Amino acid sequence: MSHDNDYEPRIVGFLCNWCSYAGADGAGTARIKYPPNMRVVRVMCSGRVSPELVLRTFREGADGVIVLGCHIGDCHYAEGNHRTARRMPMLRNLLGYAGIHPDRLRLDWASAAEGPILAQIVTEFTERVRQLGKLETK
Amino acid sequence: MMDAGRHPNVDLLTYSEVEDVSGYVGNFHVRVKRKPRYVIEDLCTGCGECVEACVWKNRVPDEYEAGLGNRNAAYIPFAQAVPLKAVIDSASCLLLDRGRCKKACALACEANAIDFDMKESYLELDVGAVILATGYDLYDPELMPEYSYGVDPDVITALQFERMTSTSGPTGGKVTTSDGREPEAVALLHCIGSRDENHLPHCSRVCCMYALKQAHMARDKTGAEVYQFYIDIRSAGKSYEEFYKRIQEEGVHQIRGKVSNVRRRDGKLIVRAEDTLLGRVVEVPVDLVVLMNGWQPAEDTKEVAQMFHVSLSPDGFFLEAHPKLKPVETNTGGIFLAGACQSPKDIPDTVAQASGAAIQAVKLLAKGVVDIEPTVAHVLTERCTGCGECVLVCPYQAIALVDDKAEVNPALCTGCGTCVATCVSKAIVAEHFTDEQLVAQVVGVLAQEEPVYV
Repeated sequence: MSHDNDYEPRIVGFLCNWCSYAGADGAGTARIKYPPNMRVVRVMCSGRVSPELVLRTFREGADGVIVLGCHIGDCHYAEGNHRTARRMPMLRNLLGYAGIHPDRLRLDWASAAEGPILAQIVTEFTERVRQLGKLETK
Repeated sequence: MMDAGRHPNVDLLTYSEVEDVSGYVGNFHVRVKRKPRYVIEDLCTGCGECVEACVWKNRVPDEYEAGLGNRNAAYIPFAQAVPLKAVIDSASCLLLDRGRCKKACALACEANAIDFDMKESYLELDVGAVILATGYDLYDPELMPEYSYGVDPDVITALQFERMTSTSGPTGGKVTTSDGREPEAVALLHCIGSRDENHLPHCSRVCCMYALKQAHMARDKTGAEVYQFYIDIRSAGKSYEEFYKRIQEEGVHQIRGKVSNVRRRDGKLIVRAEDTLLGRVVEVPVDLVVLMNGWQPAEDTKEVAQMFHVSLSPDGFFLEAHPKLKPVETNTGGIFLAGACQSPKDIPDTVAQASGAAIQAVKLLAKGVVDIEPTVAHVLTERCTGCGECVLVCPYQAIALVDDKAEVNPALCTGCGTCVATCVSKAIVAEHFTDEQLVAQVVGVLAQEEPVYV
């Protein structure tokens, strides 16, 4: 790690209330250590996350955005995560046009029982965003 | 079953299927298809004369005998059937399937109850609550060829063994091999399909107990050497452990080791397993092998789930609203669960769960009003362009276009917010999760520039 780079990735995570948020809660109860860089914003369903919200989040200063929902087939709202599964990959493809590396946006699934997996995902993502460096949006 | 059939408040619709469901909690509209029995229920007395007379005798694999016996085209499902009425199977009846038969059944029927012109009919029901109790299916052991099921006639399933030991079953209650001899040795194999990442990851919960029962029956009826091959014995219910002990004391050989294969050799079925307590591989020659095949979701579970709009757990059974605190509710208001369709369970647990589901349904109806989450969506009509995208994405069909504007039904809306993210005109607002509120949170979490050193 370079000393003259005090860059700590600022990541915003949109976690769905029923699965990933409960999973993150589970990771906490199990005292699993993982990087603290993700700041969590709770939504009821990952389907709530619109592309505009993601872009606004980058604009407000996030270096990375991660959307975590229920596994396909397990969505508390039956199909909400199906929409997210289509929106986010499409948005990733378009991020390049805005000068944002697609790897700064990640979509993944973690259930309420998968605290360790969630921690793993967040750790990997934090590292990737760290590699990509600070996102200049001005 | 008889109580339910007789109760004045219960309409038993057998030989019927739910075709369509619409509406929402407190106001469901269900269309039921009534398949034609070709027997007029009000006239049939269940005397069985038509069954005796049926020309197509003993040719149709009997579902009730689990494939161990046959039935006629005209039949009564089983001796304790409710309602005790005959039915003619249109796929095997000579008249209905091939157009030619002397109609011996109709001639034999003194009640004139046979009607070959019967057509399927539909019933429209308005109900306030629904309880799903659609049961389970058994895992097909032919998917595990190492056990020789379907190849060797002396390898049978636990359900087939049940029919064998039943006095009204195909062997009159005798435990025999396929050629009618009494076995000298019987093996019961636990976990055939269950607890196996290649087949069913879950434990089917019930089979250890009925394996113990069947081990007892095999020994009791034949005096044969009985072997149980298990991974663990799950006997956690009330007095179940005592039952396990009793079977051990009766001299059943219980070997801790899952069977790897069953092959015929020199006239015997050789059951091969590692006896993990001995630390040795054993090969036990037996005459009859009974497989405890696992419990899986009923074949139509996905279809039923889609029709009633309930979710499935990863294992394919219906998903309960909360694994501990709401075992009989689903996340869809007004739809409840009971029995094995939610997860494998035995009779006492099923009855307990059914009682729970029944009272939940009654509570809903008795209250007369439903409390809904305040996190519902509503439309800002002045912004709505009537594009209809929200209508398409809503998982609950809670949005409809009314006079070219979207309108949300707050009773159906669960507040997931998918419509909000979809609306290009930002015309739908999700209470308590508005864009402004979420952005405020984003701004808040990103506000602190410098890390805090303690």
